[in-house]
Amino acid sequence: MNIVLPLLLALPLLGAAVSLILHGRLRLQRTVSVLVLSANLAAAIFLLVRVNEAGAIAVNVGGWEAPIGITLVADLFASLMVVVAAIMVLGVLIYAIGSPVTQDQRLFFHPMFLVLATGVSGSFLAGDLFNLFVAFEIMLSASYVLLTLGGRAQQVRSGMTYVVISLLASTLFITAVGLVYAATGTVNLADLAQRVPDLPAGIREALGLLFLVVFGIKAAIFPLFFWLPDSYPTSPTPVTAIFAGLLTKVGVYAIIRTQTLLFPSDGPSTLLLSIAGATMVVGIFGAIAQDDIKRVLSFHIVSQIGYMILGLGLFTAAGLAAAIFFIIHQIVIKTTMFLVGGLVESVTHTGQLHRIGGLVHQMPLVAAFFMLPALSLAGLPPFSGFVGKLALVQEGMAQQRYVVVGVSLAVSLLTLFSMTKIWAGAFWGTPDEEPASDHAPRAQGTISRMAMWSTGGLVVIGLAIALGAGPLWDMSSRAGEWLMDPSQYIGLVFGE
Amino acid sequence: MIIVLVLVVGWLYAIGTYLMLQRSLTRIILGLAVMGHGANLLLLSAGGRAGRPPIIGRGTIESFADPLPQALALTAIVITFGVTALLLALAYRSWRLSHDDEVEDDVEDRRIARIGLHGDE
Repeated sequence: MNIVLPLLLALPLLGAAVSLILHGRLRLQRTVSVLVLSANLAAAIFLLVRVNEAGAIAVNVGGWEAPIGITLVADLFASLMVVVAAIMVLGVLIYAIGSPVTQDQRLFFHPMFLVLATGVSGSFLAGDLFNLFVAFEIMLSASYVLLTLGGRAQQVRSGMTYVVISLLASTLFITAVGLVYAATGTVNLADLAQRVPDLPAGIREALGLLFLVVFGIKAAIFPLFFWLPDSYPTSPTPVTAIFAGLLTKVGVYAIIRTQTLLFPSDGPSTLLLSIAGATMVVGIFGAIAQDDIKRVLSFHIVSQIGYMILGLGLFTAAGLAAAIFFIIHQIVIKTTMFLVGGLVESVTHTGQLHRIGGLVHQMPLVAAFFMLPALSLAGLPPFSGFVGKLALVQEGMAQQRYVVVGVSLAVSLLTLFSMTKIWAGAFWGTPDEEPASDHAPRAQGTISRMAMWSTGGLVVIGLAIALGAGPLWDMSSRAGEWLMDPSQYIGLVFGE
Repeated sequence: MIIVLVLVVGWLYAIGTYLMLQRSLTRIILGLAVMGHGANLLLLSAGGRAGRPPIIGRGTIESFADPLPQALALTAIVITFGVTALLLALAYRSWRLSHDDEVEDDVEDRRIARIGLHGDE
């Protein structure tokens, strides 16, 4: 039943092709997207169950043996990510179907969304560097189109920054692949894991750093995050939500994969821990300064990436497990919060906090939808963010990295403050009755039932992470232990 | 020969970096293109010395060129080509909208910075 691995890539890509043929027929496109992404989710869950019971799977596509052929690898970490990603794309798709359609979305939204899903799964499952690059490119190309679909001035401006930065990162990625190949003669991850330790220390460190920079740009770690808060908030809600939930986390995934497999460190890495601390602090201060809901949330993405890097930087099985758990929690919570931000905007037509207020009376359900993930994001018990942060802090204390642990706790407090700011600005108080200068008499927008249901569904999934924290933590721990032992990965790919 | 390649790669990266640091969109795109060429050349030279086409029956393994970097470079070229085309379209759209080739600042960022400097708006 190893066919399920290539299926996870082929299905959405095929769906995208069909969807492209059906362009102009929105109803059919929607049907195709829902069917394909539901099947995708089913396949992903099937994969996770199998990997959880019977151990990791490696597939040589086309029957060529590794390291010559194309290898797809699904260990527990990758399978978990694939499942969470599949849930998110389906949820956001339903939200997108429920939101009003603009003309520019009519033609290409669905094909591109499916291509994006392909790229995301591909990045998680890739077993060699070059396919990781290709999967990244598939994902990014789709994201370029989604971000600039419609071509409004705002979108073009911010899309430009995003495309240029991403393209620069891709060029660096190719450079890194070329240098790795020149040094070792292979791009297969398992093969590399055997050969990289034999390289001279200088070359090894240079390559490790280059990969950190390449994926760091995509993951928006300090100091490579400037493009993110600038480009994400301008696009339509479903697009921003899926970007916020998934794209940066794919970068984090790639960092974790390469740093543990190719460039493992003996103990806690001071470099990574410093990056983690700086990312948290800069991100949260950026968030506090902002006034627009989506921009606040965008800076929060940056800040929370720091926690994931913190888990990696500790370089212990428990630290990685905490990072994995935290990534899962973040993907769900972040996507949900952007969708809620979108719900607010679809009623008020603005996300600027000084213009809106009193929404708690107007739409109490949306307020609740915001409240629950917000508390989870800040890491209050009993929500999922608390579990993740607790695990990180415990392992940080065990490794005696008190400074970064202290920073992470302080940043948690500031996160709560920033969430309170949104809460007080948008849901409490009264809207500022300013003269309608740029906004003519503001019509009250409405929320479609479908958008409401999908957001509600994701909120429930976010709560379920906390309820199911036991089994999930168990899986994360095993995934972390597996990551700490590259020999298992090598053995799996070479079929020993 | 390989030292010439290395020098060319370095030179292309240098030009690309210089162009990318300019304020004009066209130059940035050109810079990305040039740097992309540099990266592809780097991939190619990572394969070692040149050799015969690697077709079974047309020579020995020792005389073959390494086909993998060539395949990688080909893929990379296609991707760079596609994305550069998209970028050019975006740049054109940007010019149509603003009649200017400059990279613009983030408006919201500026507003926040102003509040930071002068207190409330």
